[in-house]
Amino acid sequence: MTLDELAACCEAAPVVLPDAGGTIACGYTSDLLSDVMAHAPDACVLVTVQNHLNTVAVATLVGCRAILVCHQREIPADMQAAAAAEQVAILRTRLSQFEASCRIGVRFGNKQAETPAHEKAT
Amino acid sequence: MPLDEDRPSLVLQELIHRMKVRDVMTRAVCTAERQTPLRAVQHLMRDRGISGVPVAEHGRLFGIVSTPDIIRAWEGGIIDEPCQRHMSSRLMVLEEDMPLAFAIRYFGRYTYGRFPVLNREQMLVGILSQRDINRALLRELAHEVRRLETHSGVSAAAGDEENFHKYMLREFPVVRLDFENAGKAANQIRLLLLERNIALRLVRRVAVAVYELEMNLCVHSNGGVLSCLVTNGRAEIIACDSGPGISDIEWACRDGTSTATAWVRSLGFGAGMGLPNVKRVADEFSITSSTGGGTTVRVVVQVGNDGRSGATPAEEACPRHAVPDGRSAP
Repeated sequence: MTLDELAACCEAAPVVLPDAGGTIACGYTSDLLSDVMAHAPDACVLVTVQNHLNTVAVATLVGCRAILVCHQREIPADMQAAAAAEQVAILRTRLSQFEASCRIGVRFGNKQAETPAHEKAT
Repeated sequence: MPLDEDRPSLVLQELIHRMKVRDVMTRAVCTAERQTPLRAVQHLMRDRGISGVPVAEHGRLFGIVSTPDIIRAWEGGIIDEPCQRHMSSRLMVLEEDMPLAFAIRYFGRYTYGRFPVLNREQMLVGILSQRDINRALLRELAHEVRRLETHSGVSAAAGDEENFHKYMLREFPVVRLDFENAGKAANQIRLLLLERNIALRLVRRVAVAVYELEMNLCVHSNGGVLSCLVTNGRAEIIACDSGPGISDIEWACRDGTSTATAWVRSLGFGAGMGLPNVKRVADEFSITSSTGGGTTVRVVVQVGNDGRSGATPAEEACPRHAVPDGRSAP
């Protein structure tokens, strides 16, 4: 799914969009950043209400390509600057995390996400 | 503020947050009593080369006599009167367990040349001047420079192409509740490892460990230092703080347990997943701590002998599936 398609699907406005044609491979929904660190799959869009600098840091470290901020929450300037520097897209929607996740899930055929790339093989 | 820099270096910030007023203050305080004549106080100041004398009895602080008070006493012909009548009694004081950063802000905000220091029982235990601060900072910075010089041999080796993949040592001070900078160490280490062509999934394992330990220092400790040493195909991460310590390490490492405040939780942290996340990505993990003392967490992630492959035998035996858009997982 391209970021343009993601925006249309979730009625979202791009706030930081380094590459409109960039793609996401799946989605991950969480407001707990340690949970994102532990379980977010590679190349996903992170669906969250956490609208601060550390969200970008976590997204960068685990390889999220986009952050979809729900409930139309404001995106602080420092968060936008960090996302632009790290080439992570930020989109903003009025939808809740549940509604946005449902729409993204339908687009991906409700497939289970891959195990994160950084999980240890056991 | 006596520090001219708007944004002093991270090392300096960490120093002035870690050091307490008690570490820097002069403990042998020269005092006068309330009935001591101002003339005797003046002689005390001249003989000791000081510009202010606290007025205290049995540890209880009543006021302070400084050079302007003496000048006024001479001008007013009252130099033989007891200092009680002419001392400054509305005092700004510091407490001994305040961070030095707090004291530095006081010197910037007020024009006083010194501040009396009280303990928790409100007894006079010392006095702090800007000279005390300068001396202590020079001592600590000299120590820090010596430490960096000790490591400079490693840095020189890192500049050599042959050794580029073998050595990397970085240290990052982490300041308590400094969420603005927390996460920077993890990102810098991630970029440095990527420069060394280490496999992305291993870089992420290191980054997850560093980030979680960094956040733990930021949220739960009084501040500390995080270091990452890459050598011989291993990334060794050590997070070290000076307190307050963990009373039950087994409990702290259990998934879902946390002592984080509601405010920290509202930022998406403190879900009790930090240490479990670190253990999950680590090839080696150890933690030592004592209540009231410091905590040290040591983590090792194998990143490959030549800095390029790094896949574990299990990963090689079981290749990952392609991700949904058809690309291979990194």
